[in-house]
Amino acid sequence: MSFAIQTDVKEQTPTPAEGLEEKVAVRHLNFYYGEYRALADNNVNLYKNKVTAFIGPSGCGKSTLLRILNRIYDLYPNQRADGEVLLDGENILRPSQDVNLLRAKVGMVFQKPTPFPMTIYENIAFGVRLYEKPSKADLDARVEDALRRGAIWDEVKDKLDASGLSLSGGQQQRLCIARTVAIRPEVILLDEPCSALDPISTAKIEELIDVLKRDYTIAIVTHNMQQAARTSDYTAFMYLGELVEFDNTTQMFTNPRMERTQDYITGRFG
Amino acid sequence: MAAAVADARYSRRRRTNFVATALSIGAAGFGLTWLLLILVVLVVKGVGGLNLAVFTEMTPPPGAAGGLLNPIVGSLILTALAVAFGTPLGILAGTYMAEYGRYSKLTMVVRFINDILLSAPSIVIGLFVYEIMVARMGHFSAWAGAVALAILVIPVVVRTTEDMLLLVPNTLREASTALGVPRWLVIRDVAYRAARAGITTGVLLAIARITGETAPLLFTALNNQFFSWNLNAPMASLPVVIFQFALSPYSEWQQLAWTGALLITAAVLGLSILARMLASKKVLP
Repeated sequence: MSFAIQTDVKEQTPTPAEGLEEKVAVRHLNFYYGEYRALADNNVNLYKNKVTAFIGPSGCGKSTLLRILNRIYDLYPNQRADGEVLLDGENILRPSQDVNLLRAKVGMVFQKPTPFPMTIYENIAFGVRLYEKPSKADLDARVEDALRRGAIWDEVKDKLDASGLSLSGGQQQRLCIARTVAIRPEVILLDEPCSALDPISTAKIEELIDVLKRDYTIAIVTHNMQQAARTSDYTAFMYLGELVEFDNTTQMFTNPRMERTQDYITGRFG
Repeated sequence: MAAAVADARYSRRRRTNFVATALSIGAAGFGLTWLLLILVVLVVKGVGGLNLAVFTEMTPPPGAAGGLLNPIVGSLILTALAVAFGTPLGILAGTYMAEYGRYSKLTMVVRFINDILLSAPSIVIGLFVYEIMVARMGHFSAWAGAVALAILVIPVVVRTTEDMLLLVPNTLREASTALGVPRWLVIRDVAYRAARAGITTGVLLAIARITGETAPLLFTALNNQFFSWNLNAPMASLPVVIFQFALSPYSEWQQLAWTGALLITAAVLGLSILARMLASKKVLP
């Protein structure tokens, strides 16, 4: 298989960043759907307490890359990754990795809000009870804390026993973020979290991302260039399964090194 | 000119529409008429015999008065046992097919065989159980009857469990897996919960199906004129009693057969309505 931008591979190497801790380091990562190679030799970092945005046209592999970081692709046969993904220096692709433990550390929020068919309270408590046995009072506190962090507490505090499905789309998505935060992950992956939401809900979630990065390392896939520029510290541009350019967001959006990046972010892509 | 052509086309479409609608209403009415006739006859003939004795007295000898207590209790016992055997097996098999073995060859084979079993004549299942249980044990028994009915329950439950679990969106499984939830808990706490109404409906429909089955019981539980809790002995059941009494020349027996038929129909109707109500609720809280 040939890639149009094969010659640019060396440019993928991230700009050395002073004083930043590599929370997640992706090295020479390939990914296959059956025989089809969807990602080719990707290299990228998620820095601790920073937001990294992944942009690129549909089908370029952004979501695929994100889905490797918590090994959710394991659910499907015929999907396979090789290379290295280092979380705090440990390769999570190694066969002996406990994937459930990994997923507790690397949380994920999906494009479509996915509340569980349970009460709002249970939606949060479900994940917490998996790894801890808190008392009723502690659990109540954990649920409240998570819902506050998800910026949805004020809207649901009087109806914690209502079904999670009774909330609006934007509220459901914040509930899903709260649910992810509740189990105290270290990294949060957001896969187009706002694409099904109205502008007001989107603004709320973007504010939320800004607050959450104090405590977590965040990766966000988005089709919305403004959103990437607004929310992220670092940006990775992907095209046809390759990581074309990775740099800090200001640099990327004002003075990209690659012509292809320039074309994409200015909308001249063809 | 153009308007005239358009008008002509429109009236032709209306005529076609009228004819097609009339034909489909006629077909629906034709089917409903027979159903209604059966129900009316059943109610008219059955209600007359409905009294307290039906629920408190044993089946009588020819020429005497009596009730249907032993077949009613027998039917309840046989159905309960069949559901107790068949439901867990059916749900486990359906769970394997929808969750663990979704992409495996075994699932395709099981689904194919299950579909055959689903439409197998129940008398064949009765003979099968006769062969493997009654013939070997040397006598008819309630156990054999329950096993025969369970074999009828299993394919219905397998089918609905698989279908309902397949309807649970994969995003829900991914979302719970992404929290670090192990596979078995994803199935138990998320997938089952989302599919609960559908699976319950399947079990109710299975019960409705076996409630009226006569053929598999004729070869297995047979009948018993007396009240019996003994699962190793023959046991009375409503369908078999109806079969026997309806064919008899005694008017008391015939009356009891009508009443029994009414009871079964009412029970199946009740179950179907309950199943409908559950199915229309998308997700239980």
